Amino acid sequence: MSMHSIRRFMLGSALAALALGGLAPAQAQRDPAYEQARAAGQVGEKMDGYLSVVSGGNAALQRLVDDINIRRKAVYTERAQASGSTVQEYAFAAGCQAIARTEQGEKYQAPDGSWQTRGAGPPQRHASCP
Amino acid sequence: MNTLDLTKPCGPANNRPMADTGKALAAAVAMLGSGLAGGCVQVTAPDKPIVIELNINIRQEVIYRLAADAGNTIEENSDIF
Repeated sequence: MSMHSIRRFMLGSALAALALGGLAPAQAQRDPAYEQARAAGQVGEKMDGYLSVVSGGNAALQRLVDDINIRRKAVYTERAQASGSTVQEYAFAAGCQAIARTEQGEKYQAPDGSWQTRGAGPPQRHASCP
Repeated sequence: MNTLDLTKPCGPANNRPMADTGKALAAAVAMLGSGLAGGCVQVTAPDKPIVIELNINIRQEVIYRLAADAGNTIEENSDIF
């Protein structure tokens, strides 16, 4: 296969992938209320892999957090089973990743249990996090 | 053939009617006394409260192994993370 045909093949594959991506359902986005609560620091990521109301919470926000946590636990349970770990371990591993992925201004739980606002640098994470 | 007895052989247990409380108390006191005389192990309660560490279930090597999987899970379920 010549260099030219390889290039043409790669371009074709890329276009096919793009077309498939367009057909597949768009990746689910965060609920706007959830997105807003994160950005406002009303909810934060805990070390154990679950979300929590940090401040300014009302009943509606608590319900939103509870709903997300129930869905997270379902995902953790499924993946824990598939990866041969416990739900608690999987949730903790996800918590490490979720805290690492927080954006500036969002809240997360530091190893000492306090709520911290994510700054420009890396977050303070538990010693067991990779 | 002689056999070596490792423990002191005892006769068969015999059934006795339930003693009244006075006798039972006397027996308990007697047992306590003999226990002390025989140098029993003394156990004292700790003066500090017993704290059970709940994080013992987190195994670090498992967390490392799950890191990539957990990252994918977060991306695949971006609506709840």
